Amino acid sequence: MTAAQSASPVRAPHGRRSRRLGDLRVALLFIAPAALGFIVFYLVPALRGIWFSFTNQNLIGGGSFVGVGNYVRMIQDPLFWNALGVTVEYVVINIGVQTVLAVAIAVLMHRLTRSALIRGIMLLPYLVANVVVALVWFWMLDYSTGIINVFLDWIGVSRVAFFGNEMLVIPTIALINVWRFVGYTALLIFAGLQTIPTELYEAGALDGASEMRMFRSITLPLIRPVLALVLVITVVGSFQIFDTVAVTTNGGPVNATRVIYYYIYQQAFEKFDMGYASALGVFLLVALSVVAYLQLKIMRSNQSDLA
Amino acid sequence: MTVLTNPRVAPSDASADHLEPIPSPPRRRRARVRPGRILAWAALCMLMLVTLFPFYWMLRTALSTNTVLYTHAGSLLPVDFTWGAFKRVLGLATPAEAKAEGGSTGSIDFWLYLRNSVIVATTITAGQVFFSSLAAYAFARLQWPGRDAVFFLFLTALMIPPIFVQLPNFILIRDLGLLNTLAGIILPFFFMTPFAIFFMRQFFLGISKEVEESAKLDGAGHVRIFFRIILPMSTTPLFTLATLSYITAWGEYFWPLLVARADESRVLTVALGIFRSQTPQTGPDWAGLMAGTLIAALPVFLLFVLFGRRLVDNLGYSGIK
Repeated sequence: MTAAQSASPVRAPHGRRSRRLGDLRVALLFIAPAALGFIVFYLVPALRGIWFSFTNQNLIGGGSFVGVGNYVRMIQDPLFWNALGVTVEYVVINIGVQTVLAVAIAVLMHRLTRSALIRGIMLLPYLVANVVVALVWFWMLDYSTGIINVFLDWIGVSRVAFFGNEMLVIPTIALINVWRFVGYTALLIFAGLQTIPTELYEAGALDGASEMRMFRSITLPLIRPVLALVLVITVVGSFQIFDTVAVTTNGGPVNATRVIYYYIYQQAFEKFDMGYASALGVFLLVALSVVAYLQLKIMRSNQSDLA
Repeated sequence: MTVLTNPRVAPSDASADHLEPIPSPPRRRRARVRPGRILAWAALCMLMLVTLFPFYWMLRTALSTNTVLYTHAGSLLPVDFTWGAFKRVLGLATPAEAKAEGGSTGSIDFWLYLRNSVIVATTITAGQVFFSSLAAYAFARLQWPGRDAVFFLFLTALMIPPIFVQLPNFILIRDLGLLNTLAGIILPFFFMTPFAIFFMRQFFLGISKEVEESAKLDGAGHVRIFFRIILPMSTTPLFTLATLSYITAWGEYFWPLLVARADESRVLTVALGIFRSQTPQTGPDWAGLMAGTLIAALPVFLLFVLFGRRLVDNLGYSGIK
């Protein structure tokens, strides 16, 4: 069975104990490149990052062990807490609006049309880069000449400084990214909707159930597992907001958009403090894992009601 | 955790694009037009308008003359139509022309950045899709001790915020002397992403065992089975994955910003960010900026025209990203 690949003398450390190992030798050959990438660019740097977080590593040279110093500093750092608060505000607005809209769009498409063109249009914003999306909206929302403000002016509402107002800037950025991701999210949910047997809706219609009723009693319970997974993915992604901030506000005005990702970036590449940045990274890693775990637990994503 | 695996793909009935799809068999018999449906269609049209308008606005702005944009901010059509912004961005305009139209006269070489982006995205996609498929095959179709544990370990990488590993990766790339090279941008993404492996594994799991069995009887080894039988069967998911990988690689901003700011290795996303921060606070070159964003979006639009149909129909596989 392994005749074809015995020609390639790859490092097969288990060569001696053959048999009972199944396809191990071939398998090693198949996973070798991916494993190399995983070890060099994920596993080792992850361990190294954890180590950094206990040192005063900077960009120029190696650091020495400082125990939990970075973590103590983190707890006492008002900017860290600010970053955390701002990020959570972003995630709540971004995910809240996006999920409700995505479900609505998915259901609309599911009940109205199978048109691939419409689905394609909804997916379009997802295809362009974050940076492009940020720039277009930055222009459209410009205080003096942006079309949105021109429009507000025209209907008699006073202009809004979307990127200049500390209260509005996070909601603004959150909604910009809703624009980019909502179609993609809707399509994932749409794919889940397609697994629901149509007979359920036919039976519902025969019983005279309204669309609203069918949504509550059929659609929502049955897409719960899909929704749970989509939520985990989008929430984890949402916490990593960086591009839009980096291109538009650079964390300002004042600290209003200094999200956690941007704060880590600044610590590492403006303050050159790798140790502290890594500690913040460890915090983010742990926080995301906890959030994902809780979401999956709460939404019982591994059980489907579709018996 | 195997939700979202290719839920039966929508039948390709392009004919049903219109309002009242006559043959469409699934639900709904030709209902009298209920107000609810009209409302629902109105909502959907509204959503599409909001989705498409910014794209139009990019084009409208890019085709306007920057100096008069301010006085005609509300005009829905290009103001004082010109190709000047595109010329400027592509380095085809003389400094004098650029200045006259309100653009910056600084040197920005979009051809170079475009070339860099194409090389980076293409190389990453090719490597990622190929190596991840290889690994996915081992995880889905081969029997070996520790397989599931190793797969799980790979999957945990999905939970790692990229910035966390990118700090040490930056030091690694620097120590390798690869700062400000395209190789430095490409390497961390070249061999795998957990998502790509997960995605392909889902597909490979669904292939019937008999396919391999008969090939094995003919004496084919796994390498041959993979290249001769499995890969040709998998063109649809491979294309879908490749498209997603390309889009992601093309749009990546953070990592190239860290390792490749220098001019010769700059990619489009980074260039746009720099372009934006260099424009003066008063009177930025919006027309030029929008021309730049359009150029950055163009290859993705092309991909979309070519593979959009497949992408839209197969997104269900992807579940994770």
